[in-house]
Amino acid sequence: MDTRDREHRHRSGEDHGHDRAQQEVPPDVALRVKALESLLIEKGLVDPAALDAIIDMYEHKVGPRNGARVVARAWSDPAYKKRLMADASAAIAEFGYTGRQGEHMVVVENTPKLHNLVVCTLCSCYPWTVLGLPPVWYKSAPYRSRAVIDPRGVLREFGLELGEDVEVRVWDSTSEMRYLVLPERPAGSEGMDEAALAELVTRDAMIGVAKVTLGKGRERP
Amino acid sequence: MNGIHDMGGMHGMGAIEYEAREPVFHARWEARVLALNLAMGAWHKWNIDATRHAIELIPAGEYLRMSYYERWIARLVTLSLQARLLSRAEVESGRPDPGSAKLSPALAPSGVEPMLGRGAPANRDVTVAASFKAGDKVRARNIHPIGHTRLPRYARGRLGTIARDHGVYVFPDSRAHFLGENPQHLYSVRFAARELWGETASRRDSVYLDLWDDYLERA
Repeated sequence: MDTRDREHRHRSGEDHGHDRAQQEVPPDVALRVKALESLLIEKGLVDPAALDAIIDMYEHKVGPRNGARVVARAWSDPAYKKRLMADASAAIAEFGYTGRQGEHMVVVENTPKLHNLVVCTLCSCYPWTVLGLPPVWYKSAPYRSRAVIDPRGVLREFGLELGEDVEVRVWDSTSEMRYLVLPERPAGSEGMDEAALAELVTRDAMIGVAKVTLGKGRERP
Repeated sequence: MNGIHDMGGMHGMGAIEYEAREPVFHARWEARVLALNLAMGAWHKWNIDATRHAIELIPAGEYLRMSYYERWIARLVTLSLQARLLSRAEVESGRPDPGSAKLSPALAPSGVEPMLGRGAPANRDVTVAASFKAGDKVRARNIHPIGHTRLPRYARGRLGTIARDHGVYVFPDSRAHFLGENPQHLYSVRFAARELWGETASRRDSVYLDLWDDYLERA
């Protein structure tokens, strides 16, 4: 990202000729993190193997495929959908998806006349248990600032043009409630089983910046 | 606090930069920073509201210039200093102070999955009277606390409708400053887009915020 490039240029310029304490801090952010980690390990405050386990969790176990399975089941099983809409935390826990940044879940359903969009204007709250860690754009100032004042403009940037007859609801995640969008099931998917349906569901559709299509919409069009 | 973090409705932040096939982390140091923050949280010296406030205290210019995980470095250092898990000399030298106590036990690898799977629920099983019920008209109070708050500026003074009572939850404005949990009812409140942004907003649209009892007054 160019913010990081700017940061690097700024730091390397700034660190020359400053006081010794400043110079002893490695100017490069990767080195700074390494120094901090070494210090915390030496002090017995962290175990590096636990750090590896945390990273493994978010790189390989927790991610948007979790949410896609929840959505696919809601599309396939009316009784499950009913449970999901009534108590999302409990219904999602049926898959074993519980815990950090998904303690209190709410599912909001898209229909042909209603579109839901999720944001966190104050920080970057995001339902980790079902979507994993948030993408950079979700955490960025442009998205956080504009999603509430100009949701239709934001959606247009994502390639989604909504008619004036469609109601848009923006969910600003100001508390520990975490929001997951239940997208519309795409036309033409009637014969598909749950596993095939889950393949169609994208992270972006579960944030509310895209619709689910039959064209394997893993990417923004 | 009326900080730069409270950016809902601001202009001038640029276009949304979308990255196709974005990796979970863009560099290994980002992954280490995430893990360090989560592992250090296991000492229970702070809480999620305090972690948010530590980021809000980053000066505005720095906040905008830093990437997300750079803010997490600043926050971890701030909180560790506050909790006296680290000294300033240790942060500057990168070495433990001579004779400093070695704490134990740190979060073990076997503790990671249970810790993440448990999370830290913010609801509280206590009886507190609710001031409002679904359908009530409310006004978000026009308050400007200098500490932590989860009432965004764009909603202050605006009229909304209680959509749902979520139940009783920890109040961030207190807990962020280690002043107790002050549990109270938390509501989903609907604000018409036109109430927030004026006549140019779509008549049908709305923004829902989760707001605590102390943020609201009867309208």
